[in-house]
Amino acid sequence: MIRLEQVSKTFPSTTVPAVDRVTLEVPEGEICVLLGPSGCGKTTTMKMVNRLIEPSSGEIFINGRSTASYDPVELRRAIGYVIQQIGLFPNKTVEQNICLVPDILGWDAAKSRARAAELLEMAGLEPATFLRRYPKELSGGQQQRVGVLRAIAADPPVLLMDEPFGAIDPINRTSIQDEFLRMQKQIKKTVLFVSHDIDEAVKMADRIAIFREGRLVQYDTPDNILAHPADNFVSDFVGGDRTLKRLQLITVGDAIQPDAPRVRAEDSLERAVQLMEQHGHQSIVMVGPRGRARGYVELAQVRGLKGTVGKNYEALPTTIRPNENLRTAVSTMFRHDMSWLACVDENGVFKGYVTLRSVRSLLAETYRDA
Amino acid sequence: MVSSIDMDILQYILSNGPLIASRTGEHIAIVAVAVGVAVLTGVPIGIAISQHKRSADAVLYAASMMITVPSIALFGIMIPVLSLIGQGIGYLPAVIAVLLYSQLPIIRNTYSAMSNIDPALREAARGMGLTSLQRLWQVELPIALPVIMAGVRQAMVMNIGVAAIAAYIGAGGLGAFITRGISQTDPRQLVTGALAVSILAVLADFALLGLQRLVTSPGLRQ
Repeated sequence: MIRLEQVSKTFPSTTVPAVDRVTLEVPEGEICVLLGPSGCGKTTTMKMVNRLIEPSSGEIFINGRSTASYDPVELRRAIGYVIQQIGLFPNKTVEQNICLVPDILGWDAAKSRARAAELLEMAGLEPATFLRRYPKELSGGQQQRVGVLRAIAADPPVLLMDEPFGAIDPINRTSIQDEFLRMQKQIKKTVLFVSHDIDEAVKMADRIAIFREGRLVQYDTPDNILAHPADNFVSDFVGGDRTLKRLQLITVGDAIQPDAPRVRAEDSLERAVQLMEQHGHQSIVMVGPRGRARGYVELAQVRGLKGTVGKNYEALPTTIRPNENLRTAVSTMFRHDMSWLACVDENGVFKGYVTLRSVRSLLAETYRDA
Repeated sequence: MVSSIDMDILQYILSNGPLIASRTGEHIAIVAVAVGVAVLTGVPIGIAISQHKRSADAVLYAASMMITVPSIALFGIMIPVLSLIGQGIGYLPAVIAVLLYSQLPIIRNTYSAMSNIDPALREAARGMGLTSLQRLWQVELPIALPVIMAGVRQAMVMNIGVAAIAAYIGAGGLGAFITRGISQTDPRQLVTGALAVSILAVLADFALLGLQRLVTSPGLRQ
Protein backbone atom coordinates (compact mmCIF):
# COMPACT_ATOMS: atom_id res chain seq x y z
CA MET A 1 0.00 0.00 0.00
CA ILE A 2 1.22 3.47 -0.87
CA ARG A 3 -0.19 6.54 0.88
CA LEU A 4 0.64 10.15 0.16
CA GLU A 5 -0.45 12.72 2.74
CA GLN A 6 -0.49 16.38 1.78
CA VAL A 7 2.70 15.95 -0.23
CA SER A 8 4.14 19.08 -1.84
CA LYS A 9 7.29 19.87 -3.74
CA THR A 10 8.61 23.30 -4.54
CA PHE A 11 11.89 23.24 -6.43
CA PRO A 12 14.63 25.67 -5.40
CA SER A 13 14.47 29.04 -7.20
CA THR A 14 10.78 28.62 -8.06
CA THR A 15 7.75 29.84 -6.19
CA VAL A 16 5.01 27.78 -7.81
CA PRO A 17 4.91 24.29 -6.33
CA ALA A 18 5.51 21.47 -8.84
CA VAL A 19 3.36 19.25 -6.67
CA ASP A 20 0.77 20.85 -4.44
CA ARG A 21 -0.70 19.09 -1.39
CA VAL A 22 -1.38 15.73 -3.02
CA THR A 23 -3.17 13.14 -0.93
CA LEU A 24 -3.59 9.73 -2.47
CA GLU A 25 -3.86 6.14 -1.37
CA VAL A 26 -3.12 3.16 -3.59
CA PRO A 27 -4.53 -0.03 -2.06
CA GLU A 28 -2.30 -3.10 -1.96
CA GLY A 29 -2.02 -4.97 -5.25
CA GLU A 30 -3.58 -2.24 -7.37
CA ILE A 31 -2.21 -0.27 -10.29
CA CYS A 32 -2.62 3.49 -9.97
CA VAL A 33 -1.88 5.43 -13.14
CA LEU A 34 -0.73 9.03 -12.62
CA LEU A 35 -2.05 10.80 -15.69
CA GLY A 36 -1.76 14.30 -17.02
CA PRO A 37 -0.06 16.58 -19.54
CA SER A 38 3.68 17.26 -19.32
CA GLY A 39 4.68 19.41 -16.37
CA CYS A 40 1.62 18.47 -14.34
CA GLY A 41 3.69 17.01 -11.49
CA LYS A 42 2.98 13.33 -12.06
CA THR A 43 6.62 12.28 -12.47
CA THR A 44 7.74 14.46 -9.56
CA THR A 45 5.06 12.83 -7.43
CA MET A 46 6.34 9.38 -8.36
CA LYS A 47 9.97 10.24 -7.73
CA MET A 48 9.15 11.48 -4.26
CA VAL A 49 8.02 7.96 -3.36
CA ASN A 50 11.53 6.51 -3.73
CA ARG A 51 13.06 9.83 -2.69
CA LEU A 52 14.88 10.49 -5.95
CA ILE A 53 13.19 13.81 -5.21
CA GLU A 54 12.72 14.78 -1.57
CA PRO A 55 9.28 16.20 -0.73
CA SER A 56 9.21 19.78 0.57
CA SER A 57 6.37 18.89 2.90
CA GLY A 58 3.93 16.11 3.61
CA GLU A 59 4.56 12.45 4.23
CA ILE A 60 4.58 9.26 2.19
CA PHE A 61 3.92 5.85 3.68
CA ILE A 62 4.67 2.44 2.24
CA ASN A 63 2.79 -0.35 3.99
CA GLY A 64 2.26 2.04 6.88
CA ARG A 65 5.90 3.04 7.35
CA SER A 66 6.99 6.58 6.54
CA THR A 67 9.53 6.71 3.73
CA ALA A 68 11.36 9.44 5.67
CA SER A 69 12.30 6.82 8.28
CA TYR A 70 14.31 4.80 5.74
CA ASP A 71 17.83 5.37 4.51
CA PRO A 72 17.14 6.45 0.88
CA VAL A 73 19.32 3.69 -0.59
CA GLU A 74 17.62 1.06 1.53
CA LEU A 75 14.22 2.46 0.58
CA ARG A 76 14.97 2.26 -3.14
CA ARG A 77 16.07 -1.35 -2.85
CA ALA A 78 12.63 -2.13 -1.48
CA ILE A 79 10.91 -0.42 -4.43
CA GLY A 80 11.05 -1.61 -8.02
CA TYR A 81 11.82 1.12 -10.54
CA VAL A 82 11.19 1.06 -14.29
CA ILE A 83 11.99 4.05 -16.52
CA GLN A 84 11.03 4.94 -20.06
CA GLN A 85 14.64 4.85 -21.29
CA ILE A 86 14.86 1.32 -19.84
CA GLY A 87 18.41 1.84 -18.50
CA LEU A 88 19.66 -1.74 -18.71
CA PHE A 89 23.38 -1.77 -17.95
CA PRO A 90 25.09 -2.50 -21.27
CA ASN A 91 28.16 -4.01 -19.60
CA LYS A 92 26.09 -6.66 -17.84
CA THR A 93 24.27 -9.68 -19.19
CA VAL A 94 20.51 -10.02 -18.83
CA GLU A 95 21.13 -12.32 -15.87
CA GLN A 96 23.52 -9.87 -14.19
CA ASN A 97 21.08 -7.01 -14.75
CA ILE A 98 18.22 -8.95 -13.19
CA CYS A 99 20.34 -10.23 -10.29
CA LEU A 100 21.87 -6.86 -9.42
CA VAL A 101 19.54 -5.87 -6.57
CA PRO A 102 19.23 -9.42 -5.17
CA ASP A 103 23.05 -9.61 -5.19
CA ILE A 104 23.35 -6.27 -3.40
CA LEU A 105 20.79 -7.43 -0.86
CA GLY A 106 23.05 -10.41 -0.22
CA TRP A 107 20.89 -13.15 -1.68
CA ASP A 108 22.52 -16.50 -2.18
CA ALA A 109 23.92 -16.54 -5.75
CA ALA A 110 22.14 -19.78 -6.65
CA LYS A 111 18.83 -18.37 -5.44
CA SER A 112 19.10 -15.12 -7.40
CA ARG A 113 20.21 -16.98 -10.56
CA ALA A 114 17.23 -19.30 -10.26
CA ARG A 115 15.01 -16.28 -9.75
CA ALA A 116 16.32 -14.65 -12.96
CA ALA A 117 15.52 -17.78 -14.97
CA GLU A 118 12.07 -18.03 -13.40
CA LEU A 119 11.30 -14.39 -14.21
CA LEU A 120 12.42 -14.71 -17.83
CA GLU A 121 10.21 -17.76 -18.15
CA MET A 122 7.29 -15.76 -16.77
CA ALA A 123 7.85 -13.02 -19.39
CA GLY A 124 8.01 -15.56 -22.19
CA LEU A 125 11.75 -15.15 -22.79
CA GLU A 126 13.51 -18.51 -23.03
CA PRO A 127 16.09 -18.44 -20.16
CA ALA A 128 18.61 -20.67 -21.97
CA THR A 129 18.72 -18.13 -24.80
CA PHE A 130 18.42 -14.86 -22.94
CA LEU A 131 20.28 -15.19 -19.62
CA ARG A 132 23.71 -14.77 -21.22
CA ARG A 133 22.74 -12.11 -23.74
CA TYR A 134 23.75 -8.49 -23.47
CA PRO A 135 21.19 -5.68 -23.74
CA LYS A 136 22.42 -4.65 -27.20
CA GLU A 137 21.46 -8.12 -28.45
CA LEU A 138 17.80 -7.59 -27.51
CA SER A 139 15.02 -5.72 -29.32
CA GLY A 140 13.52 -2.65 -27.64
CA GLY A 141 10.49 -4.63 -26.49
CA GLN A 142 12.65 -7.41 -25.07
CA GLN A 143 14.84 -4.86 -23.30
CA GLN A 144 11.90 -3.32 -21.51
CA ARG A 145 10.57 -6.76 -20.58
CA VAL A 146 13.94 -7.36 -18.91
CA GLY A 147 13.74 -3.85 -17.41
CA VAL A 148 10.47 -4.81 -15.71
CA LEU A 149 11.89 -8.15 -14.55
CA ARG A 150 14.93 -6.40 -13.09
CA ALA A 151 12.61 -4.12 -11.12
CA ILE A 152 10.70 -7.01 -9.56
CA ALA A 153 13.69 -9.34 -9.12
CA ALA A 154 14.05 -8.79 -5.39
CA ASP A 155 10.27 -9.07 -5.01
CA PRO A 156 9.63 -5.53 -3.76
CA PRO A 157 6.06 -4.89 -2.62
CA VAL A 158 5.92 -1.62 -4.54
CA LEU A 159 6.74 -0.84 -8.15
CA LEU A 160 7.22 2.60 -9.72
CA MET A 161 6.94 2.77 -13.50
CA ASP A 162 7.78 6.03 -15.26
CA GLU A 163 6.15 5.89 -18.72
CA PRO A 164 7.61 2.41 -19.01
CA PHE A 165 6.19 1.56 -22.42
CA GLY A 166 6.33 5.05 -23.92
CA ALA A 167 9.36 4.42 -26.14
CA ILE A 168 8.15 1.11 -27.53
CA ASP A 169 6.47 0.83 -30.93
CA PRO A 170 2.67 0.56 -30.80
CA ILE A 171 2.42 -3.13 -31.70
CA ASN A 172 4.98 -4.22 -29.13
CA ARG A 173 3.51 -1.80 -26.62
CA THR A 174 0.15 -3.53 -26.71
CA SER A 175 1.66 -6.95 -26.15
CA ILE A 176 3.99 -5.81 -23.38
CA GLN A 177 1.04 -4.09 -21.65
CA ASP A 178 -0.97 -7.31 -21.91
CA GLU A 179 1.95 -9.32 -20.56
CA PHE A 180 2.43 -6.95 -17.66
CA LEU A 181 -1.25 -7.18 -16.75
CA ARG A 182 -1.03 -10.97 -16.93
CA MET A 183 2.08 -10.93 -14.72
CA GLN A 184 0.45 -8.49 -12.30
CA LYS A 185 -2.29 -11.08 -11.66
CA GLN A 186 0.43 -13.34 -10.23
CA ILE A 187 2.77 -10.86 -8.57
CA LYS A 188 0.13 -8.43 -7.23
CA LYS A 189 2.46 -5.46 -6.75
CA THR A 190 1.22 -2.09 -5.63
CA VAL A 191 2.08 -0.03 -8.70
CA LEU A 192 2.42 3.68 -9.39
CA PHE A 193 2.49 4.07 -13.15
CA VAL A 194 3.11 7.41 -14.84
CA SER A 195 1.53 7.92 -18.26
CA HIS A 196 0.33 10.72 -20.48
CA ASP A 197 -1.73 8.38 -22.62
CA ILE A 198 -5.37 8.09 -21.60
CA ASP A 199 -5.81 4.83 -23.54
CA GLU A 200 -2.89 3.25 -21.73
CA ALA A 201 -4.25 4.53 -18.42
CA VAL A 202 -7.70 3.11 -19.06
CA LYS A 203 -6.16 -0.21 -20.00
CA MET A 204 -3.65 -0.55 -17.15
CA ALA A 205 -5.26 1.20 -14.21
CA ASP A 206 -7.34 0.01 -11.32
CA ARG A 207 -7.45 3.69 -10.45
CA ILE A 208 -6.44 6.79 -12.35
CA ALA A 209 -5.09 9.93 -10.68
CA ILE A 210 -5.41 12.94 -12.97
CA PHE A 211 -2.97 15.78 -12.34
CA ARG A 212 -3.06 19.35 -13.45
CA GLU A 213 -0.51 22.00 -12.52
CA GLY A 214 0.69 20.03 -9.52
CA ARG A 215 -2.75 19.30 -8.14
CA LEU A 216 -4.60 16.02 -8.06
CA VAL A 217 -7.89 16.89 -9.77
CA GLN A 218 -9.57 13.51 -9.85
CA TYR A 219 -8.80 10.10 -8.42
CA ASP A 220 -11.18 7.32 -9.34
CA THR A 221 -11.64 4.10 -11.28
CA PRO A 222 -11.18 4.39 -15.04
CA ASP A 223 -14.88 3.82 -15.65
CA ASN A 224 -15.92 6.57 -13.25
CA ILE A 225 -13.38 8.99 -14.69
CA LEU A 226 -14.67 8.36 -18.19
CA ALA A 227 -18.32 8.39 -17.18
CA HIS A 228 -18.14 11.27 -14.72
CA PRO A 229 -15.17 13.57 -15.35
CA ALA A 230 -14.80 15.95 -12.38
CA ASP A 231 -14.45 19.09 -14.49
CA ASN A 232 -13.89 20.42 -18.00
CA PHE A 233 -10.15 19.86 -17.77
CA VAL A 234 -10.62 16.16 -17.08
CA SER A 235 -13.28 15.71 -19.73
CA ASP A 236 -11.11 17.50 -22.30
CA PHE A 237 -8.11 15.46 -21.28
CA VAL A 238 -9.84 12.11 -21.47
CA GLY A 239 -11.19 13.10 -24.88
CA GLY A 240 -14.46 13.56 -26.70
CA ASP A 241 -14.60 9.82 -27.33
CA ARG A 242 -14.46 9.03 -23.62
CA THR A 243 -17.67 7.04 -23.81
CA LEU A 244 -16.17 4.82 -26.48
CA LYS A 245 -13.09 4.40 -24.30
CA ARG A 246 -15.27 3.00 -21.55
CA LEU A 247 -16.02 0.14 -23.91
CA GLN A 248 -12.41 -0.98 -23.50
CA LEU A 249 -13.04 -1.63 -19.84
CA ILE A 250 -15.68 -4.29 -20.43
CA THR A 251 -14.91 -7.66 -21.97
CA VAL A 252 -17.31 -9.42 -24.29
CA GLY A 253 -17.43 -12.25 -21.77
CA ASP A 254 -18.79 -9.87 -19.13
CA ALA A 255 -21.33 -8.35 -21.48
CA ILE A 256 -23.00 -11.50 -22.80
CA GLN A 257 -26.10 -12.93 -21.17
CA PRO A 258 -25.90 -16.50 -19.91
CA ASP A 259 -28.13 -19.17 -21.46
CA ALA A 260 -28.36 -17.47 -24.81
CA PRO A 261 -31.02 -18.98 -27.11
CA ARG A 262 -29.71 -21.20 -29.91
CA VAL A 263 -31.00 -23.71 -32.42
CA ARG A 264 -29.69 -26.90 -33.97
CA ALA A 265 -29.64 -27.93 -37.61
CA GLU A 266 -32.53 -30.37 -37.13
CA ASP A 267 -34.78 -27.77 -35.47
CA SER A 268 -37.66 -26.42 -37.55
CA LEU A 269 -37.78 -22.82 -38.71
CA GLU A 270 -40.98 -22.35 -36.70
CA ARG A 271 -39.05 -23.25 -33.56
CA ALA A 272 -36.33 -20.72 -34.50
CA VAL A 273 -38.89 -17.97 -35.11
CA GLN A 274 -40.59 -18.78 -31.83
CA LEU A 275 -37.30 -18.56 -29.91
CA MET A 276 -36.35 -15.27 -31.56
CA GLU A 277 -39.70 -13.69 -30.81
CA GLN A 278 -39.62 -14.96 -27.26
CA HIS A 279 -36.19 -13.33 -26.66
CA GLY A 280 -36.77 -10.29 -28.83
CA HIS A 281 -33.92 -11.27 -31.18
CA GLN A 282 -33.61 -10.49 -34.89
CA SER A 283 -31.28 -13.45 -35.46
CA ILE A 284 -30.39 -16.73 -33.82
CA VAL A 285 -27.24 -18.83 -33.92
CA MET A 286 -27.26 -22.43 -35.04
CA VAL A 287 -24.92 -24.72 -33.13
CA GLY A 288 -23.47 -28.12 -34.01
CA PRO A 289 -23.61 -31.27 -31.85
CA ARG A 290 -20.73 -30.10 -29.62
CA GLY A 291 -22.10 -26.60 -29.21
CA ARG A 292 -19.93 -24.99 -31.90
CA ALA A 293 -21.43 -21.99 -33.70
CA ARG A 294 -22.17 -23.10 -37.29
CA GLY A 295 -24.26 -20.27 -38.70
CA TYR A 296 -27.38 -18.25 -38.10
CA VAL A 297 -30.87 -17.56 -39.38
CA GLU A 298 -32.50 -14.13 -39.50
CA LEU A 299 -36.04 -13.51 -38.34
CA ALA A 300 -36.99 -11.37 -41.34
CA GLN A 301 -35.75 -14.05 -43.76
CA VAL A 302 -37.35 -17.14 -42.27
CA ARG A 303 -40.62 -15.91 -40.81
CA GLY A 304 -43.44 -17.96 -42.28
CA LEU A 305 -41.12 -20.38 -44.09
CA LYS A 306 -41.18 -24.12 -43.53
CA GLY A 307 -38.28 -26.54 -43.25
CA THR A 308 -35.31 -27.07 -40.96
CA VAL A 309 -32.72 -24.57 -39.80
CA GLY A 310 -30.04 -26.82 -41.31
CA LYS A 311 -31.41 -26.21 -44.82
CA ASN A 312 -31.77 -22.43 -44.45
CA TYR A 313 -28.89 -21.12 -42.34
CA GLU A 314 -26.26 -18.66 -43.42
CA ALA A 315 -22.60 -18.68 -42.43
CA LEU A 316 -21.51 -16.30 -39.68
CA PRO A 317 -19.50 -13.49 -41.28
CA THR A 318 -17.42 -13.16 -38.12
CA THR A 319 -17.33 -14.09 -34.43
CA ILE A 320 -15.68 -12.65 -31.34
CA ARG A 321 -13.83 -14.15 -28.38
CA PRO A 322 -14.97 -13.59 -24.79
CA ASN A 323 -11.64 -11.97 -23.80
CA GLU A 324 -11.93 -9.19 -26.38
CA ASN A 325 -13.25 -5.86 -25.16
CA LEU A 326 -16.45 -4.19 -26.22
CA ARG A 327 -14.63 -1.52 -28.20
CA THR A 328 -13.28 -4.23 -30.48
CA ALA A 329 -16.72 -5.83 -30.57
CA VAL A 330 -18.46 -2.63 -31.63
CA SER A 331 -15.78 -1.89 -34.18
CA THR A 332 -16.20 -5.42 -35.62
CA MET A 333 -19.96 -4.93 -35.82
CA PHE A 334 -19.54 -1.72 -37.79
CA ARG A 335 -17.00 -3.30 -40.06
CA HIS A 336 -19.36 -6.13 -40.97
CA ASP A 337 -22.48 -3.96 -40.87
CA MET A 338 -24.06 -6.10 -38.17
CA SER A 339 -25.96 -5.18 -35.05
CA TRP A 340 -24.79 -8.24 -33.13
CA LEU A 341 -21.94 -10.73 -32.89
CA ALA A 342 -21.76 -14.35 -31.84
CA CYS A 343 -19.23 -14.85 -29.08
CA VAL A 344 -17.31 -18.13 -29.30
CA ASP A 345 -14.45 -19.50 -27.24
CA GLU A 346 -11.12 -20.73 -28.60
CA ASN A 347 -12.73 -24.08 -29.54
CA GLY A 348 -15.49 -22.38 -31.48
CA VAL A 349 -18.12 -23.19 -28.84
CA PHE A 350 -20.95 -20.66 -28.86
CA LYS A 351 -21.07 -18.57 -25.67
CA GLY A 352 -23.68 -15.90 -26.33
CA TYR A 353 -24.55 -12.71 -28.12
CA VAL A 354 -23.20 -9.23 -27.83
CA THR A 355 -25.53 -6.69 -29.43
CA LEU A 356 -25.39 -2.97 -30.05
CA ARG A 357 -28.46 -2.63 -27.90
CA SER A 358 -26.86 -4.43 -24.94
CA VAL A 359 -23.72 -2.29 -25.30
CA ARG A 360 -25.81 0.86 -25.25
CA SER A 361 -27.65 -0.13 -22.12
CA LEU A 362 -24.36 -1.09 -20.39
CA LEU A 363 -22.93 2.35 -21.10
CA ALA A 364 -26.09 3.99 -19.89
CA GLU A 365 -25.98 2.17 -16.56
CA THR A 366 -23.55 4.40 -14.71
CA TYR A 367 -25.18 7.51 -16.07
CA ARG A 368 -28.41 6.31 -14.53
CA ASP A 369 -26.60 5.63 -11.26
CA ALA A 370 -25.35 9.19 -11.12
CA MET B 1 70.19 -3.45 -53.41
CA VAL B 2 71.66 -3.16 -49.95
CA SER B 3 74.04 -0.29 -49.29
CA SER B 4 77.01 -0.64 -46.99
CA ILE B 5 75.49 1.67 -44.34
CA ASP B 6 72.42 -0.62 -44.10
CA MET B 7 74.73 -3.56 -43.62
CA ASP B 8 76.62 -1.67 -40.93
CA ILE B 9 73.43 -0.93 -39.02
CA LEU B 10 72.25 -4.52 -39.26
CA GLN B 11 75.60 -5.75 -38.08
CA TYR B 12 75.53 -3.25 -35.17
CA ILE B 13 72.11 -4.43 -34.10
CA LEU B 14 73.06 -8.09 -34.35
CA SER B 15 76.22 -7.67 -32.36
CA ASN B 16 74.66 -5.47 -29.64
CA GLY B 17 71.61 -7.58 -28.73
CA PRO B 18 72.24 -7.61 -24.96
CA LEU B 19 72.79 -3.83 -24.85
CA ILE B 20 69.62 -3.16 -26.82
CA ALA B 21 67.71 -5.50 -24.51
CA SER B 22 68.96 -3.86 -21.33
CA ARG B 23 68.24 -0.32 -22.62
CA THR B 24 64.76 -1.47 -23.72
CA GLY B 25 64.30 -2.71 -20.17
CA GLU B 26 65.31 0.69 -18.77
CA HIS B 27 62.99 2.42 -21.22
CA ILE B 28 60.04 0.25 -20.23
CA ALA B 29 60.85 0.79 -16.55
CA ILE B 30 60.53 4.56 -16.99
CA VAL B 31 57.35 4.57 -19.09
CA ALA B 32 55.50 1.72 -17.43
CA VAL B 33 56.03 3.05 -13.91
CA ALA B 34 55.20 6.62 -14.91
CA VAL B 35 52.08 5.75 -16.92
CA GLY B 36 51.04 3.30 -14.21
CA VAL B 37 51.20 6.05 -11.58
CA ALA B 38 49.51 8.44 -14.04
CA VAL B 39 46.55 6.04 -14.27
CA LEU B 40 46.31 5.98 -10.48
CA THR B 41 46.23 9.77 -10.34
CA GLY B 42 44.58 10.70 -13.67
CA VAL B 43 41.56 8.41 -13.49
CA PRO B 44 40.42 9.61 -10.04
CA ILE B 45 41.01 13.23 -11.13
CA GLY B 46 38.97 12.62 -14.29
CA ILE B 47 36.15 11.06 -12.26
CA ALA B 48 36.25 13.89 -9.72
CA ILE B 49 36.05 16.66 -12.31
CA SER B 50 33.20 14.91 -14.13
CA GLN B 51 31.16 15.54 -10.95
CA HIS B 52 32.16 19.20 -10.76
CA LYS B 53 31.92 20.72 -14.21
CA ARG B 54 33.32 24.04 -13.07
CA SER B 55 36.64 22.60 -11.90
CA ALA B 56 36.83 20.48 -15.06
CA ASP B 57 37.75 23.40 -17.31
CA ALA B 58 40.54 24.56 -14.99
CA VAL B 59 42.04 21.09 -14.55
CA LEU B 60 41.90 20.25 -18.25
CA TYR B 61 43.45 23.63 -19.08
CA ALA B 62 46.31 23.05 -16.67
CA ALA B 63 46.92 19.55 -18.07
CA SER B 64 46.94 20.95 -21.63
CA MET B 65 49.46 23.62 -20.62
CA MET B 66 51.66 20.91 -19.14
CA ILE B 67 51.82 19.10 -22.45
CA THR B 68 52.93 22.22 -24.33
CA VAL B 69 56.12 22.52 -22.25
CA PRO B 70 58.92 21.02 -24.36
CA SER B 71 60.26 17.92 -22.66
CA ILE B 72 63.84 19.12 -22.78
CA ALA B 73 62.81 22.30 -20.93
CA LEU B 74 60.89 20.27 -18.37
CA PHE B 75 63.97 18.18 -17.64
CA GLY B 76 65.96 21.42 -17.30
CA ILE B 77 63.48 22.83 -14.78
CA MET B 78 63.51 19.66 -12.72
CA ILE B 79 67.29 19.49 -12.34
CA PRO B 80 67.60 22.29 -9.72
CA VAL B 81 64.33 21.29 -8.01
CA LEU B 82 65.10 17.60 -7.66
CA SER B 83 68.74 18.33 -6.83
CA LEU B 84 67.43 19.37 -3.43
CA ILE B 85 66.83 15.68 -2.73
CA GLY B 86 69.87 14.60 -4.68
CA GLN B 87 67.88 13.30 -7.66
CA GLY B 88 68.45 16.11 -10.19
CA ILE B 89 69.25 13.74 -13.03
CA GLY B 90 68.54 10.13 -13.87
CA TYR B 91 65.51 7.92 -13.35
CA LEU B 92 63.31 10.03 -11.06
CA PRO B 93 63.02 13.20 -13.20
CA ALA B 94 62.39 11.01 -16.25
CA VAL B 95 59.52 9.26 -14.48
CA ILE B 96 58.10 12.55 -13.23
CA ALA B 97 58.18 14.11 -16.69
CA VAL B 98 56.42 11.13 -18.27
CA LEU B 99 53.93 11.13 -15.42
CA LEU B 100 53.09 14.80 -16.04
CA TYR B 101 52.75 14.36 -19.80
CA SER B 102 50.49 11.34 -19.31
CA GLN B 103 47.98 13.29 -17.25
CA LEU B 104 46.23 15.07 -20.11
CA PRO B 105 45.19 12.07 -22.26
CA ILE B 106 44.20 10.05 -19.20
CA ILE B 107 42.30 12.81 -17.38
CA ARG B 108 40.65 14.05 -20.58
CA ASN B 109 39.51 10.61 -21.69
CA THR B 110 38.28 9.66 -18.22
CA TYR B 111 36.41 12.94 -17.96
CA SER B 112 34.73 12.66 -21.34
CA ALA B 113 33.91 8.96 -20.87
CA MET B 114 32.30 9.67 -17.49
CA SER B 115 30.44 12.73 -18.80
CA ASN B 116 29.07 10.80 -21.76
CA ILE B 117 27.48 8.01 -19.75
CA ASP B 118 23.78 7.93 -20.57
CA PRO B 119 22.00 9.80 -17.73
CA ALA B 120 19.27 7.14 -17.90
CA LEU B 121 21.78 4.56 -16.65
CA ARG B 122 22.67 6.75 -13.68
CA GLU B 123 19.00 7.33 -12.98
CA ALA B 124 18.24 3.60 -13.20
CA ALA B 125 21.17 2.75 -10.94
CA ARG B 126 20.17 5.38 -8.40
CA GLY B 127 16.53 4.37 -8.49
CA MET B 128 17.46 0.72 -7.93
CA GLY B 129 19.25 1.65 -4.73
CA LEU B 130 22.92 1.49 -5.70
CA THR B 131 25.22 3.62 -3.54
CA SER B 132 27.45 6.07 -5.39
CA LEU B 133 30.42 3.73 -4.97
CA GLN B 134 28.41 0.80 -6.32
CA ARG B 135 27.29 2.90 -9.27
CA LEU B 136 30.92 3.77 -9.98
CA TRP B 137 32.23 0.19 -9.78
CA GLN B 138 29.31 -1.69 -11.24
CA VAL B 139 28.17 0.66 -13.96
CA GLU B 140 30.12 3.82 -14.66
CA LEU B 141 33.73 2.61 -14.67
CA PRO B 142 33.08 -0.56 -16.70
CA ILE B 143 31.26 1.52 -19.32
CA ALA B 144 33.93 4.24 -19.34
CA LEU B 145 36.79 1.72 -19.45
CA PRO B 146 37.29 1.45 -23.24
CA VAL B 147 37.65 5.23 -23.58
CA ILE B 148 39.90 5.47 -20.51
CA MET B 149 42.07 2.72 -21.95
CA ALA B 150 42.31 4.61 -25.24
CA GLY B 151 43.73 7.54 -23.23
CA VAL B 152 46.23 5.26 -21.51
CA ARG B 153 47.38 3.92 -24.89
CA GLN B 154 47.79 7.43 -26.19
CA ALA B 155 49.82 8.40 -23.10
CA MET B 156 51.95 5.28 -23.42
CA VAL B 157 52.80 5.75 -27.10
CA MET B 158 53.49 9.45 -26.75
CA ASN B 159 55.70 8.97 -23.72
CA ILE B 160 57.78 6.19 -25.18
CA GLY B 161 58.98 9.03 -27.43
CA VAL B 162 59.36 11.49 -24.54
CA ALA B 163 61.36 8.96 -22.53
CA ALA B 164 63.90 8.74 -25.35
CA ILE B 165 64.82 12.34 -24.62
CA ALA B 166 65.37 11.51 -20.96
CA ALA B 167 68.68 10.00 -22.01
CA TYR B 168 70.01 13.57 -21.98
CA ILE B 169 69.56 13.69 -18.22
CA GLY B 170 71.16 10.34 -17.76
CA ALA B 171 68.04 8.26 -17.37
CA GLY B 172 69.30 5.65 -19.83
CA GLY B 173 66.85 3.81 -22.02
CA LEU B 174 66.77 3.58 -25.78
CA GLY B 175 67.35 7.33 -26.05
CA ALA B 176 70.98 6.64 -25.12
CA PHE B 177 71.54 5.16 -28.60
CA ILE B 178 70.15 8.34 -30.14
CA THR B 179 72.12 10.83 -28.01
CA ARG B 180 75.35 8.92 -28.55
CA GLY B 181 74.58 8.52 -32.24
CA ILE B 182 74.26 12.27 -32.51
CA SER B 183 77.29 13.18 -30.44
CA GLN B 184 79.53 10.55 -32.07
CA THR B 185 78.04 11.11 -35.55
CA ASP B 186 77.31 7.42 -35.61
CA PRO B 187 74.28 6.64 -37.82
CA ARG B 188 74.34 3.01 -36.68
CA GLN B 189 73.48 3.92 -33.09
CA LEU B 190 71.11 6.67 -34.15
CA VAL B 191 69.06 4.44 -36.43
CA THR B 192 69.12 1.55 -33.96
CA GLY B 193 67.72 3.82 -31.22
CA ALA B 194 65.05 5.34 -33.46
CA LEU B 195 63.95 1.94 -34.78
CA ALA B 196 63.82 0.43 -31.31
CA VAL B 197 61.73 3.31 -29.93
CA SER B 198 59.25 3.04 -32.81
CA ILE B 199 58.94 -0.72 -32.54
CA LEU B 200 58.51 -0.49 -28.77
CA ALA B 201 55.75 2.11 -29.23
CA VAL B 202 53.91 -0.07 -31.73
CA LEU B 203 54.24 -3.18 -29.58
CA ALA B 204 53.13 -1.34 -26.43
CA ASP B 205 50.10 -0.02 -28.30
CA PHE B 206 49.17 -3.52 -29.43
CA ALA B 207 49.66 -4.94 -25.97
CA LEU B 208 47.43 -2.30 -24.41
CA LEU B 209 44.85 -2.76 -27.15
CA GLY B 210 44.80 -6.45 -26.26
CA LEU B 211 44.38 -5.56 -22.59
CA GLN B 212 41.62 -3.09 -23.48
CA ARG B 213 39.71 -5.82 -25.34
CA LEU B 214 40.22 -8.19 -22.44
CA VAL B 215 38.77 -5.84 -19.82
CA THR B 216 35.91 -4.49 -21.96
CA SER B 217 32.58 -6.24 -21.37
CA PRO B 218 31.41 -8.12 -24.50
CA GLY B 219 28.19 -6.14 -24.13
CA LEU B 220 30.08 -2.93 -24.95
CA ARG B 221 31.97 -4.16 -28.00
CA GLN B 222 30.86 -2.71 -31.28
